[in-house]
Amino acid sequence: MNDDGVLRQALVWLNDPLNWQGPRGVPALAAEHLAMSAAAVALAAVVALPVGIWLGHRGRGGGLTVLTSNASRALPTLALLYVFATTGLGFGNRPTVVAAAIFAVPPILSNAFTGVREVDPAARDAAVGMGMSGRRVLATVELPLALPLIGAGLRTAAVQVVATVPLAALVGGGGLGTIIVTGFATRRFGEVVAGGVLVAALCLLVEAVLAGLQRALTPAPMRVRARDRAQVAAA
Amino acid sequence: MREVTGAAPNPWFSWDYVQANWGDITEALGQHVALTVQAVAVAAVVALPLALVAHRRPRLAGPVLGLTGVLYTIPSLALFAVLYPLLRDRRETVLVGLVMYALLVLVRNVLVGLQGVDPAVVDAARGLGMGPLRTLLTVELPNALPAVVTGLRLATVTTVALATIGVVVGYGGLGQLMYRGFNSQYRAEIVTATLLTVALALVADAAWWLAGRLAAPWARAADARGGAR
Repeated sequence: MNDDGVLRQALVWLNDPLNWQGPRGVPALAAEHLAMSAAAVALAAVVALPVGIWLGHRGRGGGLTVLTSNASRALPTLALLYVFATTGLGFGNRPTVVAAAIFAVPPILSNAFTGVREVDPAARDAAVGMGMSGRRVLATVELPLALPLIGAGLRTAAVQVVATVPLAALVGGGGLGTIIVTGFATRRFGEVVAGGVLVAALCLLVEAVLAGLQRALTPAPMRVRARDRAQVAAA
Repeated sequence: MREVTGAAPNPWFSWDYVQANWGDITEALGQHVALTVQAVAVAAVVALPLALVAHRRPRLAGPVLGLTGVLYTIPSLALFAVLYPLLRDRRETVLVGLVMYALLVLVRNVLVGLQGVDPAVVDAARGLGMGPLRTLLTVELPNALPAVVTGLRLATVTTVALATIGVVVGYGGLGQLMYRGFNSQYRAEIVTATLLTVALALVADAAWWLAGRLAAPWARAADARGGAR
């Protein structure tokens, strides 16, 4: 009976046009959410892509990529968020973007590293045999062949960031997480459920869009191989 | 541990804080450990049969892996938000949420481990006249053990980190201390709770690793090879 009430309240909240308008409306919060996510992914990519590609090209630093991804798993996002919020970064969106970016580094880094590293040695040999310099091998052979995996890393990171950004609401930031936190604070649990559903929906939507985008951007002959590799990586 | 003191009386770490709040710290740590142990235990009990069913019916394996992947993209904050109003119990909400995430990790790893067993070995077992159950118990499961242990390690470390998000319903173990430290802008409390969380994750990870080595000593060579990669 009680559960029924909460679900009905959630539906009522979602159907209230007032919640879909203005600077605190769902579209505005979703836009803020996506903008923060984009900033975090861009920030992480700027750091992780060159490092990962370079390490993969040199064939060194595999231990570093494993270490960063293991360390990031043990460190709670919330802890980093709170630590940042007590430093000069201040409250709100900025510490969240930085924290989300830090957690987005490992997938981008390790995928860029693996992608460049595991280019067919025969292709690399052929390029060297043709007299290409190391930089040209990287630019014209290794990078194009590594692109599907680099793209997969960016997608993983983006989905993860969109799922991390709701925590901004816990340090006074924006995004769709605010609906949940405000609902808890005011004990309007219908609103809490509505916020949870919206956040989950946004994450699934971003995942679906990026999966489609990745598929569309990958040349057909490389699709199967990318999937095989993804499964190997999952193992 | 180094004691770092800033200019303002807001140090990153303070033994005085630890001593004065020993009771709160151990209580939060105990809550965190209990949540993690229970969540991983329940998840393991549920995950094994699920993975076995998916393994027996290969047509189910694809959808199961796909579904667990999709569910895993749902953020914990959203999951707790949907669960709490339905369950109306802070501890149960966090526990159910943690079990779900651990379950996703475990099913995936057990299934991948079972699929990774050398078909020739399974064939040989069948050739020796073993039935499906005996093959499973004496050939497939032992061969999949390293992957299962990897899954348990991953699930445990993830659970320790995720439990902190329980603060949103007021039951986050060490996350509660982080939250209190954040509210009072007292760094030492946040950092102490953070260090304890990371230490808990590392200790649990090492314990599983050790258990895995003891249970599957033949996997050591493979483990070393995997590590070098």
